[in-house]
Amino acid sequence: MNPSVFAVPMENYIALSAVLFFLGVIGVIVRRNPLIMLMSIELMFNAANLALITFAKAWVNPAGHIFAFLVITVAAAEAAIGLAIVVVVFRRSAHVDVDEVAALRG
Amino acid sequence: MIAFWLLAIALIGTGVFVITARQPVHSVVGLLGNFVALAIMYLTLQAEFLAVIQILVYSGAILILFVFVIALLSSGVKPFDVGPNRLPKVLVPAAIIGAIALVTIVFSVVRAPSAAVPSIAAGSAGALGETGQADVFGSVANFGQALFTTNLLPFEVTALILMVAVIGVVLLAGDDEPARRRPKPRASGRESIVKPAEPLTR
Repeated sequence: MNPSVFAVPMENYIALSAVLFFLGVIGVIVRRNPLIMLMSIELMFNAANLALITFAKAWVNPAGHIFAFLVITVAAAEAAIGLAIVVVVFRRSAHVDVDEVAALRG
Repeated sequence: MIAFWLLAIALIGTGVFVITARQPVHSVVGLLGNFVALAIMYLTLQAEFLAVIQILVYSGAILILFVFVIALLSSGVKPFDVGPNRLPKVLVPAAIIGAIALVTIVFSVVRAPSAAVPSIAAGSAGALGETGQADVFGSVANFGQALFTTNLLPFEVTALILMVAVIGVVLLAGDDEPARRRPKPRASGRESIVKPAEPLTR
């Protein structure tokens, strides 16, 4: 790979993306606070964006940037709706623990 | 090179801080550092527009939303995230799932055929340039060209997603004052049913 394009090997970016993604996964699995779970989801979105932008640069193709743009949009929508659900749930019952919120359980 | 490692350390450090902080506000501060470091990393990857968008949308909009919700929910009530520590209970399944997923990703990264990645030098003579110039890969002009010509449909889908989100949020968390002002028919109805029944039991 041309060293002037990637001063750092592309694998490093992908590995960093994987590490950030799994920080987010660990956050969603371990933490029970819905706000911190949403923030962990944002971490995962960002990790995916990092991978997309890295691949966009490797292929010199702006489609990766477009896709990252879409992901940012979806992340904004997800955060807004997720936080609205948190507000509604908290308004009805003062639980901030997702294990105790069973109203949406099928 | 040095920038990558500094940013990587910052990203991982702030990421760990986000998921380990006891207070959600501290997590938000960690997330802010994470987003800013990631925006700088986008700049090193020649994604100028997305670096700016990262700062504007994530740090400017999403984090402020988090801060508002935290302030709204924790005003006048007990502090957040108190309660029994459930970490021991979920640690084993979380570790198993995380390990399986991490092994999968690492395996796919390591075993990915390197021939699938095109050689930069061969494929794109002249397409790469210095960040900041116009009409090169990653510039705002290039991004806009790609967004509004070849990817116009995804852009319009983006608008639809945002509108659905706006409507959904208004429906979910909108003003429910009319429902509160109404007298509660359920409670009064129950009382009227129960009260005549009492003399019968006596």
